[in-house]
Amino acid sequence: MAIIELTDVHKTFMKAREAVEVLMGIDLGVEAGDFVALMGPSGSGKTTLLNIIGGLDGATAGEVVVADANLDALSSRELARWRARTIGFVFQFYNLLPVLNAQRNVELPLLLTKLSGKQRRRNAQTALSIVGLDDRAGHKPGELSGGQQQRVAIARAIVADPPILVCDEPTGDLDRENAEEILDLLRILNRDHGKTVIMVTHDPKAADHAKRILHLDKGKLVQEVAA
Amino acid sequence: MFAQVFEVTVMNLKNLPNRLGSSSVIVVGIGGVVGVLVAILAMASGFQSTLDRGGDPQRAVVLRGGSDNELSSFMNTETINVVASMPGIVEASPELYMVADVPKRSTGTDANLIVRGVSPDAFTLHDEVVIVEGRRFVPGRGEIIAGRGAHVEFAGIDIGNSVKLRQSEWTIVGIFEADGSAYESELWVDLPVAQSAFRLDGGASSMRLRLDSPERVDELAERIESDPRLDLELFGEVEFFARQGGGLTNTIRTFGYAVAVIMAIGAVFAALNTMYAAVVSRTVEIATLRALGFGAFPVVVSVMIESMALALLGGVLGAAVSYFGFNGYTVSTLSNASFSQIAFDFAVTPELLRDGLVWALSLGAIGGLLPAVRAAVLPITVALRGE
Repeated sequence: MAIIELTDVHKTFMKAREAVEVLMGIDLGVEAGDFVALMGPSGSGKTTLLNIIGGLDGATAGEVVVADANLDALSSRELARWRARTIGFVFQFYNLLPVLNAQRNVELPLLLTKLSGKQRRRNAQTALSIVGLDDRAGHKPGELSGGQQQRVAIARAIVADPPILVCDEPTGDLDRENAEEILDLLRILNRDHGKTVIMVTHDPKAADHAKRILHLDKGKLVQEVAA
Repeated sequence: MFAQVFEVTVMNLKNLPNRLGSSSVIVVGIGGVVGVLVAILAMASGFQSTLDRGGDPQRAVVLRGGSDNELSSFMNTETINVVASMPGIVEASPELYMVADVPKRSTGTDANLIVRGVSPDAFTLHDEVVIVEGRRFVPGRGEIIAGRGAHVEFAGIDIGNSVKLRQSEWTIVGIFEADGSAYESELWVDLPVAQSAFRLDGGASSMRLRLDSPERVDELAERIESDPRLDLELFGEVEFFARQGGGLTNTIRTFGYAVAVIMAIGAVFAALNTMYAAVVSRTVEIATLRALGFGAFPVVVSVMIESMALALLGGVLGAAVSYFGFNGYTVSTLSNASFSQIAFDFAVTPELLRDGLVWALSLGAIGGLLPAVRAAVLPITVALRGE
């Protein structure tokens, strides 16, 4: 059963009063529990497609149905609530809040739930344990390595137990060893925890961890490879 | 929702130490506005309070018809006797009101100082007058008792000194206080000696009356004004002092608000600039929160709370500087009603401090609103790129 269903999706930006079509008729289906890598040259529309799937941006035309929700039909407030429930984001530069320690960073998505403070702390601890950083809960991002920060970001992405993880170049800022650890972690989350993972990457070795690799070029899906 | 607002606000406030320089622009700017506003309004408040304190609802002032101040009023002995014998009057004090040139301590230049000739009965009627140094003048002698304000503001107004008033020598023998009222800006002398020295035999400028009840004021005013033998007007003392000070008090207040508004415009721009910078420096953080599902409202509220917290800090500092720098500070000014100097203390009242803080919070809210809205409406995908 498809958890992500895109039909004839177009996205156009206005640049210097000129319309630039970034996505041109994307049709895509992703089954629940899949691990998809999106590859392609710069400007091919990978991140735009990822943002549309994650509900951060809207399509100019076409239909986007993710986790049974037609995203075009949601107001910005409904979309924010939907993201909180459905999507876990992992960014290239981690996007942790520097003034909060790892525990508080991981707790952030749970502030949008009705969980008690005690339950929030417990869930955050569990998420940190899953990524192997329960002993670093009190550290602020500046006190952690790049790989550790990305693990905290992954813990934040999974703490509210969303079905889909949206990862934008999650290893783009890491050395090979740390990158492998992060990719292994994503694979475990996909395999053992049933998370559907959509990952944008330039790195073929990173893409090899996915079950499927999709290539975009000039706004179109041009190739699909089973990894 | 509250947890969201709280968490985002805590994050913003924890970020403040990283932005001490820019944040202090808001604190200092709004602190300056509040400090100046409170100080100027404290001047108006102190001046009006000084005049108000002289007013007793059971006392009345009688002036010549058409005179709105004691300086331009005069009445003869016969008139004084007619008034003093009217029913409802408990005590009557004819008083001679003159102005003398005396140098001010602060500038050395001559300024008008009120000299009030009073009879011994005046001390019963003006029961707020208390000798705090020296002694009362002896009737029949050229002696002066000086109000505390006159003593502080005018050169040579010290016990034991001789003062030359209109060609005659007077000796200062005492200092009095009068509950902080405008009487403290005056010199008091014996009425008959003053009448003789100033060649005003038998007359007085005004009368102070103590009535048997405050309700008697209107009745007596009507009686005096309708008496064909008299060309006089009677005012309740409270109303009299309010009229004396109203013009100047309003002028000071208007000036204070005008200065504050001009400064406030500058402070709002400073706040806007600082908060825009704060929002820009946290664009990615705010966008991340919004990507995670935080709504626009907590973002707007948290940015505004930060702006208002900084403004409140500025307001507290400004109010504190104003309070510790000016409260109780004695100055004198020319009363446009009496053409003489009235000494008064700046009065930084709790109401003024409250108003100052309300101003600070308002400026903080105005300064924070636009940056807050920007933070909330910037497209998440754009903001995540730090643009």
